[in-house]
Amino acid sequence: MNKLMNRKRYIFIFVMPAFLLFVVFMAVPLIMTGIYGLFDYDGIGKMSFAGIQNYINLFAKDRHFPHAMVNSLILAAASIVIQLTLAFLLAIALNKGIKGEKFFRTVYFIPVVISTTVISQLWMKIFNSDYGLLNVFLRLFKGADYNFSWLTTPSTAFMTTVVAGVWQYIGYYMLIMYAGMKSISPEYYEAAKIDGANGFQTITKITLPLLAPVIETCVLFALTGSLRSFDFVYIMTNGGPNHASDLPATLMYNNLFRRGLYGYGSAQAFFIVFECLIFTFIIKKLFKKADDNASGI
Amino acid sequence: MKKQTYNFLQTKNIKKNSKLLFVILIIIAVIQIFPLYWLITYSLKSNAEIFGDNVIGLPRDWRWVNYKIALGEGGILRYFINSVVYSGVTLLVAGLLSSMAAYGLMRMKWKFNKLIYNIFIIGIMIPTQATLLPLFQMIDKMGVKGGYLGLMIPYIVFALPMSIMILSSFFMGLPKELEEAAYIDGCGVMRCFFQIIFPMIKPALATASIFTFMATWNELMFANTLIDRDELKTLPVGIMSFVGQYVTDWGLIGAGMVIATLPIIIIYIFLSNQVQESLVMGAVKG
Repeated sequence: MNKLMNRKRYIFIFVMPAFLLFVVFMAVPLIMTGIYGLFDYDGIGKMSFAGIQNYINLFAKDRHFPHAMVNSLILAAASIVIQLTLAFLLAIALNKGIKGEKFFRTVYFIPVVISTTVISQLWMKIFNSDYGLLNVFLRLFKGADYNFSWLTTPSTAFMTTVVAGVWQYIGYYMLIMYAGMKSISPEYYEAAKIDGANGFQTITKITLPLLAPVIETCVLFALTGSLRSFDFVYIMTNGGPNHASDLPATLMYNNLFRRGLYGYGSAQAFFIVFECLIFTFIIKKLFKKADDNASGI
Repeated sequence: MKKQTYNFLQTKNIKKNSKLLFVILIIIAVIQIFPLYWLITYSLKSNAEIFGDNVIGLPRDWRWVNYKIALGEGGILRYFINSVVYSGVTLLVAGLLSSMAAYGLMRMKWKFNKLIYNIFIIGIMIPTQATLLPLFQMIDKMGVKGGYLGLMIPYIVFALPMSIMILSSFFMGLPKELEEAAYIDGCGVMRCFFQIIFPMIKPALATASIFTFMATWNELMFANTLIDRDELKTLPVGIMSFVGQYVTDWGLIGAGMVIATLPIIIIYIFLSNQVQESLVMGAVKG
Protein backbone atom coordinates (compact mmCIF):
# COMPACT_ATOMS: atom_id res chain seq x y z
CA MET A 1 0.00 0.00 0.00
CA ASN A 2 2.78 2.31 0.97
CA LYS A 3 4.41 1.55 -2.37
CA LEU A 4 1.34 2.68 -4.21
CA MET A 5 1.24 5.96 -2.35
CA ASN A 6 4.84 6.46 -3.21
CA ARG A 7 4.05 5.94 -6.83
CA LYS A 8 1.70 8.92 -6.80
CA ARG A 9 4.58 11.07 -5.78
CA TYR A 10 6.83 9.48 -8.32
CA ILE A 11 4.40 10.21 -11.12
CA PHE A 12 5.30 13.85 -10.70
CA ILE A 13 8.99 13.16 -10.63
CA PHE A 14 8.78 11.04 -13.75
CA VAL A 15 6.23 12.82 -15.91
CA MET A 16 6.40 16.44 -14.83
CA PRO A 17 9.87 17.47 -16.07
CA ALA A 18 9.03 16.51 -19.65
CA PHE A 19 5.49 17.79 -19.40
CA LEU A 20 6.44 21.16 -17.94
CA LEU A 21 9.08 21.72 -20.61
CA PHE A 22 6.57 20.73 -23.23
CA VAL A 23 3.88 23.08 -21.95
CA VAL A 24 6.17 26.05 -21.37
CA PHE A 25 8.22 25.82 -24.56
CA MET A 26 5.80 24.29 -27.04
CA ALA A 27 2.16 24.67 -26.00
CA VAL A 28 2.45 28.23 -24.68
CA PRO A 29 4.39 29.54 -27.69
CA LEU A 30 1.87 27.87 -29.98
CA ILE A 31 -1.01 29.64 -28.23
CA MET A 32 0.91 32.92 -28.24
CA THR A 33 1.41 32.65 -31.98
CA GLY A 34 -2.34 32.22 -32.31
CA ILE A 35 -2.92 35.32 -30.19
CA TYR A 36 -0.32 37.44 -31.99
CA GLY A 37 -2.03 36.54 -35.24
CA LEU A 38 -5.10 38.46 -34.09
CA PHE A 39 -3.17 41.67 -33.46
CA ASP A 40 -1.27 44.38 -35.25
CA TYR A 41 2.08 44.10 -33.54
CA ASP A 42 5.62 44.98 -34.47
CA GLY A 43 7.28 43.68 -31.30
CA ILE A 44 8.10 47.13 -29.90
CA GLY A 45 5.00 49.30 -30.07
CA LYS A 46 1.53 48.59 -28.76
CA MET A 47 -0.48 45.60 -29.80
CA SER A 48 -3.77 46.64 -31.33
CA PHE A 49 -6.50 44.11 -31.82
CA ALA A 50 -7.16 43.33 -35.46
CA GLY A 51 -9.47 40.35 -35.25
CA ILE A 52 -9.23 38.18 -38.33
CA GLN A 53 -8.06 41.10 -40.45
CA ASN A 54 -4.58 39.57 -40.73
CA TYR A 55 -6.08 36.40 -42.12
CA ILE A 56 -8.23 38.33 -44.58
CA ASN A 57 -5.17 40.28 -45.67
CA LEU A 58 -3.38 37.05 -46.54
CA PHE A 59 -5.58 36.80 -49.59
CA ALA A 60 -7.09 40.28 -49.95
CA LYS A 61 -3.98 42.44 -49.65
CA ASP A 62 -0.83 40.34 -49.78
CA ARG A 63 0.41 40.12 -53.35
CA HIS A 64 2.80 37.31 -52.55
CA PHE A 65 0.97 34.97 -50.21
CA PRO A 66 -1.52 33.44 -52.68
CA HIS A 67 1.35 32.79 -55.07
CA ALA A 68 3.40 31.22 -52.26
CA MET A 69 0.47 29.01 -51.42
CA VAL A 70 0.16 27.88 -55.02
CA ASN A 71 3.87 27.08 -54.93
CA SER A 72 3.40 24.94 -51.84
CA LEU A 73 0.57 23.09 -53.54
CA ILE A 74 2.74 22.52 -56.62
CA LEU A 75 5.38 21.11 -54.31
CA ALA A 76 2.78 18.90 -52.65
CA ALA A 77 1.56 17.64 -56.01
CA ALA A 78 5.11 16.93 -57.18
CA SER A 79 5.88 15.12 -53.95
CA ILE A 80 2.78 12.98 -54.07
CA VAL A 81 2.72 12.25 -57.79
CA ILE A 82 6.41 11.93 -58.62
CA GLN A 83 8.02 11.05 -55.31
CA LEU A 84 5.46 8.62 -53.98
CA THR A 85 4.91 6.88 -57.31
CA LEU A 86 8.61 6.37 -57.81
CA ALA A 87 9.01 5.30 -54.22
CA PHE A 88 6.20 2.79 -54.59
CA LEU A 89 7.67 1.29 -57.76
CA LEU A 90 11.10 1.06 -56.19
CA ALA A 91 9.68 -0.58 -53.09
CA ILE A 92 7.88 -3.15 -55.25
CA ALA A 93 11.05 -3.84 -57.19
CA LEU A 94 13.16 -4.27 -54.08
CA ASN A 95 10.51 -6.35 -52.41
CA LYS A 96 10.74 -8.89 -55.21
CA GLY A 97 13.96 -10.04 -53.65
CA ILE A 98 16.24 -8.73 -56.36
CA LYS A 99 19.99 -9.17 -56.17
CA GLY A 100 21.62 -6.41 -54.13
CA GLU A 101 18.39 -5.57 -52.33
CA LYS A 102 20.18 -4.27 -49.28
CA PHE A 103 22.68 -2.30 -51.37
CA PHE A 104 19.96 -0.47 -53.26
CA ARG A 105 18.00 0.19 -50.12
CA THR A 106 21.05 1.70 -48.44
CA VAL A 107 22.04 3.79 -51.44
CA TYR A 108 18.58 5.21 -52.10
CA PHE A 109 18.38 6.24 -48.49
CA ILE A 110 21.74 8.03 -48.28
CA PRO A 111 20.42 11.48 -49.33
CA VAL A 112 17.86 11.31 -46.52
CA VAL A 113 20.51 11.42 -43.80
CA ILE A 114 22.34 14.43 -45.25
CA SER A 115 21.38 17.86 -43.96
CA THR A 116 19.13 19.91 -46.20
CA THR A 117 21.66 22.74 -46.07
CA VAL A 118 24.28 20.59 -47.75
CA ILE A 119 21.76 19.16 -50.22
CA SER A 120 20.57 22.67 -51.09
CA GLN A 121 24.08 23.98 -51.59
CA LEU A 122 24.94 20.96 -53.69
CA TRP A 123 21.94 21.48 -55.96
CA MET A 124 22.73 25.19 -56.23
CA LYS A 125 26.07 24.14 -57.61
CA ILE A 126 24.42 21.67 -59.98
CA PHE A 127 22.08 24.40 -61.27
CA ASN A 128 24.84 27.03 -61.42
CA SER A 129 24.67 28.77 -64.78
CA ASP A 130 28.40 28.92 -65.51
CA TYR A 131 29.91 25.77 -64.06
CA GLY A 132 26.96 23.69 -62.88
CA LEU A 133 26.71 20.03 -63.81
CA LEU A 134 23.38 20.52 -65.55
CA ASN A 135 24.58 23.22 -67.93
CA VAL A 136 27.88 21.44 -68.53
CA PHE A 137 25.81 18.45 -69.62
CA LEU A 138 23.36 20.51 -71.68
CA ARG A 139 26.21 22.20 -73.52
CA LEU A 140 26.80 18.88 -75.23
CA PHE A 141 23.54 19.48 -77.10
CA LYS A 142 23.02 23.23 -76.99
CA GLY A 143 26.49 24.53 -77.77
CA ALA A 144 29.37 25.72 -75.65
CA ASP A 145 27.94 29.12 -74.75
CA TYR A 146 24.75 27.80 -73.20
CA ASN A 147 24.40 29.23 -69.71
CA PHE A 148 20.76 29.35 -68.70
CA SER A 149 20.38 30.70 -65.19
CA TRP A 150 18.05 28.19 -63.50
CA LEU A 151 18.14 29.70 -60.05
CA THR A 152 17.46 33.31 -60.97
CA THR A 153 14.90 32.91 -63.76
CA PRO A 154 11.37 33.37 -62.34
CA SER A 155 9.91 30.43 -64.27
CA THR A 156 12.54 27.90 -63.16
CA ALA A 157 13.74 29.11 -59.74
CA PHE A 158 11.03 27.32 -57.81
CA MET A 159 11.41 24.13 -59.82
CA THR A 160 15.06 23.85 -58.81
CA THR A 161 14.00 23.66 -55.16
CA VAL A 162 11.31 21.10 -55.99
CA VAL A 163 13.87 18.91 -57.76
CA ALA A 164 16.20 19.02 -54.78
CA GLY A 165 13.43 18.13 -52.35
CA VAL A 166 12.03 15.31 -54.46
CA TRP A 167 15.51 13.92 -55.00
CA GLN A 168 16.36 13.92 -51.31
CA TYR A 169 13.30 12.13 -49.97
CA ILE A 170 12.49 9.46 -52.56
CA GLY A 171 14.50 6.98 -50.53
CA TYR A 172 12.58 7.85 -47.38
CA TYR A 173 9.17 7.05 -48.82
CA MET A 174 10.57 4.05 -50.64
CA LEU A 175 11.72 2.64 -47.33
CA ILE A 176 8.45 3.32 -45.51
CA MET A 177 6.54 1.51 -48.24
CA TYR A 178 9.11 -1.25 -48.44
CA ALA A 179 8.78 -1.89 -44.71
CA GLY A 180 5.01 -1.89 -45.12
CA MET A 181 5.19 -4.44 -47.92
CA LYS A 182 7.43 -6.68 -45.86
CA SER A 183 4.73 -6.88 -43.22
CA ILE A 184 2.12 -8.16 -45.68
CA SER A 185 1.71 -11.86 -45.06
CA PRO A 186 3.07 -14.03 -47.90
CA GLU A 187 -0.09 -16.13 -47.72
CA TYR A 188 -1.99 -13.46 -49.64
CA TYR A 189 0.44 -13.73 -52.50
CA GLU A 190 0.36 -17.48 -52.46
CA ALA A 191 -3.41 -17.44 -52.65
CA ALA A 192 -3.27 -14.95 -55.53
CA LYS A 193 -0.79 -17.14 -57.34
CA ILE A 194 -3.00 -20.18 -56.96
CA ASP A 195 -5.89 -18.15 -58.33
CA GLY A 196 -3.73 -17.37 -61.34
CA ALA A 197 -3.28 -13.65 -60.77
CA ASN A 198 -0.55 -12.01 -62.82
CA GLY A 199 2.00 -9.59 -61.43
CA PHE A 200 -0.02 -6.47 -62.20
CA GLN A 201 -3.17 -7.90 -60.65
CA THR A 202 -1.27 -8.94 -57.56
CA ILE A 203 -0.06 -5.36 -57.12
CA THR A 204 -3.42 -3.67 -57.67
CA LYS A 205 -5.56 -6.24 -55.83
CA ILE A 206 -3.30 -7.20 -52.96
CA THR A 207 -0.34 -4.92 -52.41
CA LEU A 208 -2.13 -1.59 -52.90
CA PRO A 209 -5.18 -2.22 -50.70
CA LEU A 210 -3.15 -3.82 -47.93
CA LEU A 211 -0.63 -1.01 -48.10
CA ALA A 212 -3.31 1.70 -47.91
CA PRO A 213 -2.56 2.77 -44.31
CA VAL A 214 1.14 3.11 -45.13
CA ILE A 215 0.38 5.04 -48.30
CA GLU A 216 -1.92 7.27 -46.29
CA THR A 217 0.96 8.04 -43.92
CA CYS A 218 3.23 8.82 -46.86
CA VAL A 219 0.66 11.11 -48.49
CA LEU A 220 0.14 12.94 -45.19
CA PHE A 221 3.86 13.37 -44.73
CA ALA A 222 4.46 14.55 -48.28
CA LEU A 223 1.52 16.94 -48.13
CA THR A 224 2.07 18.55 -44.72
CA GLY A 225 5.82 18.55 -45.32
CA SER A 226 5.25 20.53 -48.52
CA LEU A 227 2.81 22.98 -46.96
CA ARG A 228 5.31 23.92 -44.27
CA SER A 229 8.48 23.45 -46.33
CA PHE A 230 11.15 26.04 -45.65
CA ASP A 231 14.76 24.91 -45.94
CA PHE A 232 15.26 24.38 -49.67
CA VAL A 233 13.69 27.65 -50.80
CA TYR A 234 15.24 29.65 -47.96
CA ILE A 235 18.73 28.50 -48.88
CA MET A 236 18.55 28.10 -52.64
CA THR A 237 16.58 31.16 -53.75
CA ASN A 238 15.35 32.86 -50.56
CA GLY A 239 12.04 33.26 -52.34
CA GLY A 240 13.53 35.13 -55.27
CA PRO A 241 13.67 36.37 -57.91
CA ASN A 242 11.04 38.89 -56.86
CA HIS A 243 9.08 36.37 -54.73
CA ALA A 244 8.63 33.94 -57.64
CA SER A 245 9.77 30.96 -55.56
CA ASP A 246 8.44 32.00 -52.15
CA LEU A 247 6.61 29.51 -49.97
CA PRO A 248 4.28 30.42 -47.07
CA ALA A 249 6.99 29.51 -44.57
CA THR A 250 9.69 31.65 -46.20
CA LEU A 251 7.31 34.63 -46.45
CA MET A 252 6.43 34.12 -42.82
CA TYR A 253 10.08 33.97 -41.79
CA ASN A 254 10.97 37.14 -43.62
CA ASN A 255 7.90 38.95 -42.29
CA LEU A 256 8.80 37.99 -38.72
CA PHE A 257 12.54 38.47 -38.70
CA ARG A 258 13.30 40.87 -41.53
CA ARG A 259 10.30 43.17 -41.56
CA GLY A 260 9.22 42.88 -37.93
CA LEU A 261 5.60 42.14 -38.82
CA TYR A 262 4.99 40.06 -35.72
CA GLY A 263 1.22 40.05 -35.92
CA TYR A 264 0.92 39.39 -39.61
CA GLY A 265 3.75 36.84 -39.66
CA SER A 266 2.16 34.96 -36.77
CA ALA A 267 -1.11 34.83 -38.68
CA GLN A 268 0.82 33.27 -41.55
CA ALA A 269 2.40 30.74 -39.21
CA PHE A 270 -0.97 29.83 -37.78
CA PHE A 271 -2.49 29.64 -41.21
CA ILE A 272 0.10 27.00 -42.13
CA VAL A 273 -0.91 24.98 -39.06
CA PHE A 274 -4.61 25.25 -39.98
CA GLU A 275 -3.86 24.27 -43.53
CA CYS A 276 -1.99 21.16 -42.38
CA LEU A 277 -4.84 20.18 -40.05
CA ILE A 278 -7.50 20.67 -42.72
CA PHE A 279 -5.59 18.70 -45.33
CA THR A 280 -4.85 15.95 -42.80
CA PHE A 281 -8.56 15.74 -42.09
CA ILE A 282 -9.42 15.57 -45.81
CA ILE A 283 -6.83 12.91 -46.56
CA LYS A 284 -8.00 10.79 -43.62
CA LYS A 285 -11.58 11.07 -44.85
CA LEU A 286 -10.60 10.16 -48.40
CA PHE A 287 -8.70 7.10 -47.31
CA LYS A 288 -11.48 6.06 -45.00
CA LYS A 289 -13.97 6.37 -47.84
CA ALA A 290 -11.75 4.35 -50.15
CA ASP A 291 -11.39 1.76 -47.42
CA ASP A 292 -15.15 1.56 -46.87
CA ASN A 293 -15.75 1.21 -50.59
CA ALA A 294 -13.17 -1.55 -50.86
CA SER A 295 -14.59 -3.54 -47.97
CA GLY A 296 -18.11 -3.07 -49.32
CA ILE A 297 -17.30 -5.09 -52.42
CA MET B 1 14.14 -5.82 -40.80
CA LYS B 2 13.87 -9.51 -41.47
CA LYS B 3 14.90 -10.82 -44.82
CA GLN B 4 12.01 -12.50 -46.41
CA THR B 5 12.36 -12.92 -50.12
CA TYR B 6 9.21 -13.87 -51.80
CA ASN B 7 9.07 -13.79 -55.56
CA PHE B 8 5.44 -13.20 -56.13
CA LEU B 9 5.96 -11.98 -59.66
CA GLN B 10 7.73 -15.11 -60.77
CA THR B 11 6.85 -15.88 -64.38
CA LYS B 12 8.67 -17.43 -67.29
CA ASN B 13 10.29 -14.33 -68.67
CA ILE B 14 11.27 -13.12 -65.24
CA LYS B 15 14.97 -13.41 -66.05
CA LYS B 16 14.74 -10.90 -68.87
CA ASN B 17 12.50 -8.62 -66.87
CA SER B 18 14.64 -8.72 -63.82
CA LYS B 19 17.74 -7.84 -65.87
CA LEU B 20 15.94 -4.77 -67.18
CA LEU B 21 14.74 -3.98 -63.69
CA PHE B 22 18.25 -4.33 -62.36
CA VAL B 23 19.50 -1.82 -64.93
CA ILE B 24 16.77 0.64 -63.97
CA LEU B 25 17.59 0.25 -60.29
CA ILE B 26 21.26 0.88 -61.06
CA ILE B 27 20.38 4.04 -63.01
CA ILE B 28 18.35 5.38 -60.11
CA ALA B 29 21.13 4.47 -57.71
CA VAL B 30 23.50 6.50 -59.89
CA ILE B 31 21.12 9.47 -59.86
CA GLN B 32 20.97 9.29 -56.06
CA ILE B 33 24.70 8.91 -55.64
CA PHE B 34 26.26 10.91 -58.47
CA PRO B 35 25.76 14.39 -56.95
CA LEU B 36 27.60 13.15 -53.87
CA TYR B 37 30.40 11.65 -55.94
CA TRP B 38 30.67 14.97 -57.75
CA LEU B 39 30.79 16.83 -54.43
CA ILE B 40 33.59 14.62 -53.10
CA THR B 41 35.67 14.90 -56.26
CA TYR B 42 35.35 18.65 -56.60
CA SER B 43 36.16 19.10 -52.92
CA LEU B 44 39.64 17.87 -53.84
CA LYS B 45 40.10 20.00 -56.93
CA SER B 46 41.19 23.51 -57.68
CA ASN B 47 38.82 25.89 -59.42
CA ALA B 48 40.86 25.45 -62.59
CA GLU B 49 39.89 21.77 -62.70
CA ILE B 50 36.27 22.22 -61.57
CA PHE B 51 35.58 24.98 -64.06
CA GLY B 52 37.85 23.62 -66.76
CA ASP B 53 37.88 20.37 -68.62
CA ASN B 54 37.88 17.98 -65.67
CA VAL B 55 34.35 18.54 -64.43
CA ILE B 56 33.37 15.03 -63.46
CA GLY B 57 36.61 13.04 -63.43
CA LEU B 58 38.71 12.18 -60.42
CA PRO B 59 40.99 15.03 -59.38
CA ARG B 60 44.32 15.15 -61.19
CA ASP B 61 45.95 16.98 -58.37
CA TRP B 62 44.44 15.99 -55.02
CA ARG B 63 44.15 19.23 -53.09
CA TRP B 64 43.90 18.04 -49.48
CA VAL B 65 44.75 21.60 -48.53
CA ASN B 66 41.07 22.45 -49.16
CA TYR B 67 40.23 20.31 -46.14
CA LYS B 68 42.89 21.89 -44.02
CA ILE B 69 41.62 25.40 -44.75
CA ALA B 70 37.96 24.42 -44.33
CA LEU B 71 38.60 22.83 -40.94
CA GLY B 72 40.83 25.61 -39.65
CA GLU B 73 40.21 29.14 -40.80
CA GLY B 74 36.96 28.15 -42.51
CA GLY B 75 35.57 27.28 -39.08
CA ILE B 76 34.00 23.98 -40.08
CA LEU B 77 35.66 22.12 -37.22
CA ARG B 78 34.19 24.66 -34.82
CA TYR B 79 30.68 24.23 -36.30
CA PHE B 80 31.12 20.48 -36.26
CA ILE B 81 32.02 20.42 -32.57
CA ASN B 82 29.07 22.72 -31.84
CA SER B 83 26.71 20.41 -33.69
CA VAL B 84 28.05 17.44 -31.76
CA VAL B 85 27.48 19.31 -28.49
CA TYR B 86 23.94 20.47 -29.37
CA SER B 87 22.91 17.07 -30.68
CA GLY B 88 24.70 15.13 -27.96
CA VAL B 89 23.16 17.05 -25.07
CA THR B 90 19.74 16.99 -26.72
CA LEU B 91 20.02 13.25 -27.18
CA LEU B 92 20.96 12.61 -23.57
CA VAL B 93 18.50 14.97 -21.92
CA ALA B 94 15.58 14.18 -24.23
CA GLY B 95 16.35 10.46 -23.93
CA LEU B 96 16.33 10.58 -20.13
CA LEU B 97 13.27 12.84 -19.81
CA SER B 98 11.22 10.97 -22.35
CA SER B 99 12.00 7.51 -21.02
CA MET B 100 11.03 8.69 -17.54
CA ALA B 101 7.85 10.27 -18.86
CA ALA B 102 6.97 7.22 -20.94
CA TYR B 103 7.52 4.99 -17.91
CA GLY B 104 5.36 7.20 -15.75
CA LEU B 105 2.63 7.38 -18.35
CA MET B 106 2.56 3.70 -19.20
CA ARG B 107 3.22 2.04 -15.84
CA MET B 108 1.87 4.28 -13.13
CA LYS B 109 -1.86 4.43 -12.53
CA TRP B 110 -3.13 7.96 -12.67
CA LYS B 111 -6.21 9.88 -13.74
CA PHE B 112 -4.59 12.08 -16.36
CA ASN B 113 -2.27 9.53 -17.94
CA LYS B 114 -4.20 9.25 -21.14
CA LEU B 115 -4.76 13.00 -21.44
CA ILE B 116 -1.12 13.89 -20.95
CA TYR B 117 -0.02 11.17 -23.33
CA ASN B 118 -2.36 12.52 -25.99
CA ILE B 119 -1.13 16.06 -25.47
CA PHE B 120 2.43 14.88 -26.05
CA ILE B 121 1.35 13.03 -29.18
CA ILE B 122 -0.32 16.13 -30.63
CA GLY B 123 3.07 17.78 -30.23
CA ILE B 124 4.43 15.59 -33.02
CA MET B 125 2.30 17.50 -35.47
CA ILE B 126 3.29 20.99 -34.38
CA PRO B 127 5.64 22.54 -36.93
CA THR B 128 8.65 24.53 -35.79
CA GLN B 129 7.44 27.76 -37.34
CA ALA B 130 4.22 27.83 -35.34
CA THR B 131 6.18 28.43 -32.13
CA LEU B 132 9.20 30.24 -33.50
CA LEU B 133 8.52 33.87 -32.63
CA PRO B 134 7.18 33.46 -29.06
CA LEU B 135 9.93 30.95 -28.34
CA PHE B 136 12.47 33.44 -29.66
CA GLN B 137 11.07 36.12 -27.34
CA MET B 138 10.96 33.80 -24.32
CA ILE B 139 14.50 32.63 -24.80
CA ASP B 140 15.59 36.22 -25.27
CA LYS B 141 13.83 37.28 -22.04
CA MET B 142 15.44 34.40 -20.16
CA GLY B 143 18.79 35.79 -21.22
CA VAL B 144 19.97 32.56 -22.85
CA LYS B 145 19.43 33.59 -26.49
CA GLY B 146 22.56 33.23 -28.55
CA GLY B 147 24.09 30.72 -26.15
CA TYR B 148 24.23 26.94 -26.14
CA LEU B 149 21.30 26.63 -23.77
CA GLY B 150 19.06 28.87 -25.86
CA LEU B 151 19.15 26.45 -28.75
CA MET B 152 19.22 23.25 -26.70
CA ILE B 153 15.92 24.04 -24.99
CA PRO B 154 13.82 24.04 -28.19
CA TYR B 155 15.73 21.02 -29.51
CA ILE B 156 15.04 19.01 -26.37
CA VAL B 157 11.40 20.06 -26.24
CA PHE B 158 10.75 19.25 -29.89
CA ALA B 159 12.42 15.86 -29.47
CA LEU B 160 10.16 14.84 -26.59
CA PRO B 161 6.86 13.93 -28.31
CA MET B 162 8.27 11.49 -30.85
CA SER B 163 10.65 10.00 -28.33
CA ILE B 164 7.88 9.52 -25.77
CA MET B 165 5.72 7.83 -28.37
CA ILE B 166 8.40 5.39 -29.47
CA LEU B 167 9.27 4.53 -25.87
CA SER B 168 5.64 4.27 -24.75
CA SER B 169 4.83 1.75 -27.43
CA PHE B 170 7.87 -0.22 -26.30
CA PHE B 171 6.71 -0.20 -22.67
CA MET B 172 3.34 -1.53 -23.76
CA GLY B 173 4.99 -4.64 -25.11
CA LEU B 174 7.30 -5.09 -22.14
CA PRO B 175 6.24 -7.66 -19.51
CA LYS B 176 5.88 -6.24 -16.00
CA GLU B 177 7.07 -9.29 -14.06
CA LEU B 178 10.66 -8.21 -13.72
CA GLU B 179 9.85 -4.81 -12.21
CA GLU B 180 7.17 -6.28 -9.97
CA ALA B 181 9.63 -8.80 -8.62
CA ALA B 182 12.08 -5.99 -7.98
CA TYR B 183 9.49 -3.92 -6.15
CA ILE B 184 8.56 -6.89 -3.98
CA ASP B 185 12.22 -7.31 -3.16
CA GLY B 186 12.09 -3.78 -1.81
CA CYS B 187 13.73 -1.95 -4.69
CA GLY B 188 12.88 1.76 -4.72
CA VAL B 189 11.19 3.29 -7.74
CA MET B 190 14.20 5.35 -8.72
CA ARG B 191 16.71 2.55 -8.33
CA CYS B 192 14.39 0.14 -10.05
CA PHE B 193 14.01 2.51 -12.99
CA PHE B 194 17.70 3.12 -13.50
CA GLN B 195 18.95 -0.38 -12.73
CA ILE B 196 16.25 -2.57 -14.22
CA ILE B 197 14.06 -0.60 -16.61
CA PHE B 198 16.71 1.54 -18.25
CA PRO B 199 18.82 -1.39 -19.47
CA MET B 200 15.71 -3.11 -20.82
CA ILE B 201 14.53 -0.22 -22.96
CA LYS B 202 17.87 0.22 -24.70
CA PRO B 203 16.63 -0.87 -28.16
CA ALA B 204 13.72 1.58 -28.10
CA LEU B 205 15.96 4.27 -26.71
CA ALA B 206 18.37 3.69 -29.59
CA THR B 207 15.53 4.05 -32.09
CA ALA B 208 14.32 7.24 -30.44
CA SER B 209 17.86 8.60 -30.18
CA ILE B 210 18.59 8.10 -33.85
CA PHE B 211 15.42 9.95 -34.70
CA THR B 212 16.28 12.78 -32.31
CA PHE B 213 19.83 12.97 -33.57
CA MET B 214 18.82 13.22 -37.23
CA ALA B 215 16.25 15.92 -36.51
CA THR B 216 18.62 17.96 -34.36
CA TRP B 217 21.73 17.58 -36.47
CA ASN B 218 19.99 18.86 -39.59
CA GLU B 219 17.75 21.49 -38.04
CA LEU B 220 17.92 24.87 -39.73
CA MET B 221 15.16 27.27 -38.70
CA PHE B 222 15.76 27.41 -34.95
CA ALA B 223 19.52 27.44 -35.36
CA ASN B 224 19.30 30.25 -37.88
CA THR B 225 17.11 32.34 -35.59
CA LEU B 226 18.47 31.67 -32.12
CA ILE B 227 22.22 31.75 -32.71
CA ASP B 228 23.95 34.85 -33.94
CA ARG B 229 27.54 34.48 -32.80
CA ASP B 230 29.67 32.69 -35.35
CA GLU B 231 31.54 30.56 -32.83
CA LEU B 232 28.30 28.99 -31.59
CA LYS B 233 26.74 28.17 -34.95
CA THR B 234 25.71 24.64 -35.88
CA LEU B 235 26.79 22.97 -39.10
CA PRO B 236 23.63 23.74 -41.13
CA VAL B 237 23.93 27.47 -40.35
CA GLY B 238 27.71 27.46 -40.32
CA ILE B 239 27.82 25.95 -43.80
CA MET B 240 25.71 28.85 -45.03
CA SER B 241 28.07 31.49 -43.70
CA PHE B 242 31.04 29.41 -44.83
CA VAL B 243 29.65 29.34 -48.37
CA GLY B 244 29.00 33.07 -48.17
CA GLN B 245 32.58 33.67 -47.13
CA TYR B 246 34.28 31.65 -49.86
CA VAL B 247 31.68 32.16 -52.62
CA THR B 248 33.90 31.42 -55.56
CA ASP B 249 36.22 28.80 -54.13
CA TRP B 250 34.21 25.71 -54.99
CA GLY B 251 36.86 23.24 -53.93
CA LEU B 252 37.03 24.72 -50.47
CA ILE B 253 33.23 24.90 -50.16
CA GLY B 254 33.02 21.30 -51.29
CA ALA B 255 35.57 20.26 -48.65
CA GLY B 256 33.51 21.98 -45.96
CA MET B 257 30.35 20.21 -47.07
CA VAL B 258 32.09 16.83 -47.20
CA ILE B 259 33.39 17.29 -43.67
CA ALA B 260 29.86 18.13 -42.54
CA THR B 261 28.41 15.11 -44.30
CA LEU B 262 30.89 12.27 -44.25
CA PRO B 263 30.67 11.35 -40.55
CA ILE B 264 26.92 11.05 -40.84
CA ILE B 265 27.17 8.85 -43.91
CA ILE B 266 29.76 6.64 -42.21
CA ILE B 267 27.57 6.29 -39.12
CA TYR B 268 24.65 5.58 -41.40
CA ILE B 269 26.46 2.87 -43.33
CA PHE B 270 27.48 1.12 -40.12
CA LEU B 271 24.03 1.41 -38.57
CA SER B 272 21.98 1.45 -41.75
CA ASN B 273 19.40 -1.07 -40.54
CA GLN B 274 18.84 0.72 -37.26
CA VAL B 275 18.75 4.14 -38.90
CA GLN B 276 16.27 2.98 -41.52
CA GLU B 277 14.15 1.24 -38.92
CA SER B 278 14.16 4.26 -36.66
CA LEU B 279 13.11 6.74 -39.33
CA VAL B 280 10.43 4.40 -40.66
CA MET B 281 9.09 3.86 -37.18
CA GLY B 282 8.98 7.59 -36.59
CA ALA B 283 6.93 7.97 -39.75
CA VAL B 284 4.52 5.11 -39.31
CA LYS B 285 3.83 5.83 -35.68
CA GLY B 286 3.39 9.53 -36.35
